[in-house]
Amino acid sequence: MTSPAIDADFLLRLDEIIAAHKGREGPLLPILHDIQAEWGHVPEEAQPVLAEALGMTRAEVHGVVSFYHDFRDHPHGRHVLRLCRAEACQSMGAEALADEVRQALGIDWHQTTPDGRLTLEPVFCLGLCACAPSAQMGDRLVGRANLAKVRKLVAEAGMGAGA
Amino acid sequence: MRVWVPLDAAARALGADEVAEALGREFTVTRNGTRGMIWLEPLVEVEREGVRHGYGPVGPEDAASVAEAIRTGGDHPLALGPVEDLPWMKAQTRLTFARVGVIDPLSVEEYEAHGGLAGLRRAIGIGPERIVAEVTESGLRGRGGAGFPTGIKWKTVAGAKAARKYIVCNADEGDSGSFADRMLMEGDPLVLIEGMAIAGIAVGAVQGYVYIRSEYPDAIRLMEAAIGKARQAGILGQSVLGSGHAYDMEVRVGAGAYVCGEETSLLNSLEGKRGVVRAKPPIPALEGFLGRPTVVNNVISLASVPWILTHGGAEYAKLGIGRSKGTIPIQIAGNVKYGGLFEAAFGMSLRQIIEEIGGGTASGRPVKAAQVGGPLGSYIPHWDFDVPFGYEELATKEGLLGHAGITVFDDTADMLKLARFAMEFCAVESCGKCTPCRIGSIRGVETIDRIAQGDETGIPILTDLCNTMKWGSLCALGGFAPFPVMSALTHFPEDFSGRREPRPTIRSREAAE
Repeated sequence: MTSPAIDADFLLRLDEIIAAHKGREGPLLPILHDIQAEWGHVPEEAQPVLAEALGMTRAEVHGVVSFYHDFRDHPHGRHVLRLCRAEACQSMGAEALADEVRQALGIDWHQTTPDGRLTLEPVFCLGLCACAPSAQMGDRLVGRANLAKVRKLVAEAGMGAGA
Repeated sequence: MRVWVPLDAAARALGADEVAEALGREFTVTRNGTRGMIWLEPLVEVEREGVRHGYGPVGPEDAASVAEAIRTGGDHPLALGPVEDLPWMKAQTRLTFARVGVIDPLSVEEYEAHGGLAGLRRAIGIGPERIVAEVTESGLRGRGGAGFPTGIKWKTVAGAKAARKYIVCNADEGDSGSFADRMLMEGDPLVLIEGMAIAGIAVGAVQGYVYIRSEYPDAIRLMEAAIGKARQAGILGQSVLGSGHAYDMEVRVGAGAYVCGEETSLLNSLEGKRGVVRAKPPIPALEGFLGRPTVVNNVISLASVPWILTHGGAEYAKLGIGRSKGTIPIQIAGNVKYGGLFEAAFGMSLRQIIEEIGGGTASGRPVKAAQVGGPLGSYIPHWDFDVPFGYEELATKEGLLGHAGITVFDDTADMLKLARFAMEFCAVESCGKCTPCRIGSIRGVETIDRIAQGDETGIPILTDLCNTMKWGSLCALGGFAPFPVMSALTHFPEDFSGRREPRPTIRSREAAE
């Protein structure tokens, strides 16, 4: 776990993020998205600061962070490969594809490759249901995905030939 | 020469960015939305004598030869002829999606040239009461699944006394098999803005929010850009098109919780809380966002409003069947040969949609069943495909219209596994507020596992459990999860009997995790 130490820089940046949204109606989710974009996860150290700034209890802030699948308490790999597992993709063999990809990468769901470069996550619908199964990595989307296309996606992200 | 290459996420997933880059070296490329024929994506179009001709599907490897065909006007194996003459296009009644795939989604000028803003101008002219009357007369019902009459909802909010009211657009399109909201926000975001501005004027709301799921980064980017363009053009702001009505809006991004598609859960999420469902009453129309009167409508409901205001509610109500008025963007997905979005009046049979329009399965095997309406929708067996596509009509087959997505499965589908998935999805996505959903779904997974191991005494228990969830849950998540489960069990009992599977391991137990 590589939480940023609570140093002056961390608090300064956190204050900036809070200040950017504080005047909005319902500012907490936009703030959490920005925090995660900044540090790759929502550091636990941010929670009491948020609670104080927004007039909430720490428990309330923690409750929100832990409710949503998107917010992580630890950083993931440099790239995140998402494979859709919802029904439309299942109807086109998403389960078999997921098995192949997990085997090829040597990691299971939610795990990161030992070099820290790639995390594998399931996703429930990218809205690409008419060209299933689908995968996503950063800005890249793959329809009618198969192992070869996923390998190519991973390779183009600078992952080397291992995957 | 002007060339179009879609920017829609589905087209991008099939290589449209590479194709656009290659063609951009030679031609002026406009990135449009998708026409909805996903099996033809990337669909490249070129204008010749005022008619748009198509080539598709153009993979990156075809870009060079298609470029040559465009340049020389020569033959090409991927040439489709005039796009609007294709049978799939001609058979549609594209009202809400009229401009999707046609215009540059971020050009206010093109939007207006193709009929945009006429609805908003008329709305400003006739005033709030008559706007609500037009929407009521159109018979428009919630396209997100609940099917509540939009006009009645607006009337309630319009009549509520409050210093501040809101328009909230539910763009948390989490249902597998559904992509109409995404396609519209990427292909014609201005029509949603126009619809929300009309809603704002109708009920007296000055602020709107579009709550978009985080899984749709392209839709988020395009909606935000379109809002910027709309502000510049005076469509949003202190005086909408100079009318004196103030209305502005912004995008809010969800955080991966399926349950936030439920309107009260969405409102809590928008307020920065856990996306937990609220008990009704009070209804959001009276006590919604921050406790104030709020219209919560789905993307397609709001995007249908500009057409209704332009052409009149009566014109819209002429289409459709029974209490299902107007058109519905049918999304044909999953194991289907011609998948995509097909906008048509209500009333086509499922068989027409799946077999004639969709062309049957992609695998070439017989169709076994189709799940209509997302993860909480029933599996309709192929022998019930004569049911007409409409809210009440599907209900006669214990089905839901939901978001009008249809996911097709061939005869290799294992209905027990799909039923298990539905329960597990409910367990993972449950907000935890009510017991039937939170605990029932977990017991449901365990009971289906027992049945899979050969213990058929689990079948009556599962049936009983589904009944409890259906009637005892607070919202549609726990209340509708029994639909896929019971439809699978009722129509395909053979998939639930005589199984001898080993006890599931921890690892195999997280299909929906």
